[in-house]
Amino acid sequence: MLPELGQFALILALLLAGLQAFFGIAGPHLRRDRWLDAVVPAVAGQFVMVATAIGCLVTAFVTHDFSVRYVAENSNSALPLFYRITALWGAHEGSLLLWIFILSCWTLAVAIGAARLPARFSARVLGVLGLVSFGFLLFTLATSNPFSRLIPAAPDGHDLNPILQDPALAIHPPILYTGYVGFAVAFAFACAAMLEGRLDQAWARWTRPWTTAAWSFLTVGIALGSWWAYYELGWGGFWFWDPVENASFMPWLVGTALVHSLATTDKRGLFKSWTLLLAILAFSLSLLGTFLVRSGVLVSVHSFAADPTRGIFILAFLIVMIGGSLALYAWRAPLLRSTAGFELGARESFLLFNNILLVIAAAIVFGGTMAPLIADALGLPTLSVGTPYFNPTFLMPILPLLALLPIGMHANWKKGRLAEKRRKILATLAVALVLSLAVVFGIFSQPKLLALVGLALGPWIILSSLLDPIDRWRRRLTLTPSVLGMAIAHVGVGLFVIGITVVQSFTQEHDVALARGDQTALGGYEFRFDGVENIEGPNYDGVRASIIVSRKAVPLGTLYPEKRRYWVQGTVTTESAIRMNRGSNLLLALGDDLGAGRWSVRIQVRPLVNLVWLAALIMALGGGLAGIDRRYRLAARNATELATGAAAAKEAAG
Amino acid sequence: MTPRRRRLTLVLGVLVGVAIAGGLTLRALRANVMFFFDPSQVAAGGAPRGERFRLGGMVTKGSVRRAPGSLEINFVVTDFRHNLPVRYTGVLPDLFREGQGVVAHGRIGADGVFVADEVLAKHDEKYMPPELARALKKEAATAAASAPAGS
Repeated sequence: MLPELGQFALILALLLAGLQAFFGIAGPHLRRDRWLDAVVPAVAGQFVMVATAIGCLVTAFVTHDFSVRYVAENSNSALPLFYRITALWGAHEGSLLLWIFILSCWTLAVAIGAARLPARFSARVLGVLGLVSFGFLLFTLATSNPFSRLIPAAPDGHDLNPILQDPALAIHPPILYTGYVGFAVAFAFACAAMLEGRLDQAWARWTRPWTTAAWSFLTVGIALGSWWAYYELGWGGFWFWDPVENASFMPWLVGTALVHSLATTDKRGLFKSWTLLLAILAFSLSLLGTFLVRSGVLVSVHSFAADPTRGIFILAFLIVMIGGSLALYAWRAPLLRSTAGFELGARESFLLFNNILLVIAAAIVFGGTMAPLIADALGLPTLSVGTPYFNPTFLMPILPLLALLPIGMHANWKKGRLAEKRRKILATLAVALVLSLAVVFGIFSQPKLLALVGLALGPWIILSSLLDPIDRWRRRLTLTPSVLGMAIAHVGVGLFVIGITVVQSFTQEHDVALARGDQTALGGYEFRFDGVENIEGPNYDGVRASIIVSRKAVPLGTLYPEKRRYWVQGTVTTESAIRMNRGSNLLLALGDDLGAGRWSVRIQVRPLVNLVWLAALIMALGGGLAGIDRRYRLAARNATELATGAAAAKEAAG
Repeated sequence: MTPRRRRLTLVLGVLVGVAIAGGLTLRALRANVMFFFDPSQVAAGGAPRGERFRLGGMVTKGSVRRAPGSLEINFVVTDFRHNLPVRYTGVLPDLFREGQGVVAHGRIGADGVFVADEVLAKHDEKYMPPELARALKKEAATAAASAPAGS
């Protein structure tokens, strides 16, 4: 019964989403202010229905209801409870349901948070969100129903893909989706502004916290995914430029541009139509990401099974959403003139470069991701694009972006003079250069140009970001969350640059064949192979090697890389063993039995790799802090006070 | 800057940026993409000599040879019409198995053996590189067409 209830709840949610879209968009347009009253109840009702559907599916997983096809395909009676719950988003149908659930959470949050905004405007925002939700619910019900029955019921399930049986993966998709879907809010705000034909600085102030929040979630989500790939996919890489990774990275790049462009619109009333375009673009790329992952058109380590009808539906949805919003943009954007001017060298011009360079970076990733698809569509030979393309091309816009950052954040609005700050900026640059030379020649003693550049840029960005907060603190001025948040996020960028530079320049790795008692050395560490033993887990068996690690003959401990075979699917997975020492990650992965008592082992010494993920978290923390600044709430309150005029009086009468 | 000039700079900046990015992207793509070939195409001389490419096919049953205790492994990749010997040194992916699909990155050596620097096996039960699936489907179709005459 429960699965049918879940499906019924989804159908009701679809109807409510339709109502929400209709009343939210048509109401303000036709000036039927009474229609607006139906919008928020529709949002709340939709949330309850989608939550009910999720609850039904979770119950089916927990109670081993193998008469539900999706459960039978992605669970098993031997699967531990925790993974039975996270198996919900282990495949296509469930992750789509998660997408919808997160969208309805965001919508509910907007309905609560935007209650103080002018009624017509907030109705339009919720209406656009309803339209998005309607599309996804229709897609789910028409092509990917998670509740469809399996008759007769399977005696047992096919099990969750073993590489997904991992704690980080339990939280990776929900957080990533929260970021992805969060850009729908920025998109809805943009569409509402265009429908209204009015976009002022107050609009940017309302939109900023939502966008920053979405951006922060997306940052954490991508970092978690990369961390998971590092230790779970087994072989120690942390970014593969895989289409699915790129699918989340493109909205991130454009979203970062959007966060900065919104700041300019907020402070100076500039870049209005550009901001709108970025909001449309960020969400379009999120949709495209969904399309790339779900349609299975791309070669990827992540893609789920391909189904052409799904691909066509998403493609049609994509065309309607992107085409519709771009048409609206073409029609309305000319109304939104920015009037103020600024000098070259003013903060506005740095933000302009920031935006241009980030969009170019996104275009480069887009080109590399789509090239195989386009070649395929044109009937050209099948090709693949990987790291050799992405790494060098991506650096071209990113290096100038990083070099402009420590200067740009001190530039004044409007005026192109750095004035007294110039000396401080040059001082930080000098310190950073000395640091870089010292680290590259002193610690690693390997003169590499990119390492020198990266290790100068990273500390320069960090030091420069700290100038402002330190200065304010010394003059006993208040540190607002938005100033502090910006500084922290930029410190995160600097740390990230340091981390990625060191990892890329100084990682050492080799594959060796080892027998019991054999010893090998790498990166100043010694590794002694102490044989393998058989192990058994709740739903797998396998072998576990013991490898004793030491540094300069001082033992550091034993690492136990495993090779597991999951019973149900017979899948073999590699569970690498990781130890952190002196800022480096030592990663050991057990390969195959080579015969003659020897095993192949991959050994990797990656310095500062943890800093890469930590830095991403710091960036997100900065974003989160900036997003909760009081002035955004004040902006919303002021809006209410303004609106307590004619419109509100009419509503009260109705 | 006046609004007019600023807009002009913005538009020009974006255009120049996009043009540069586009040009560089195409250049980098030309230099850094890898093409996919199956053993039949290699046998027909379709694969460029000395350049890296992706080789796809099935690992022939019973073809995997390894000198005991060594990291070097030899196997044969087939599309059921032509075979190509492959040599690889290193750790193989978890899902590498005889009779299963495989994609190898590398180039053809002087002795006609494909020297792989990376070997990818299909990631899970459902996943197979589309180009490999297509190549194998083509094989199955030709095999089915010729089967009645043969048997």
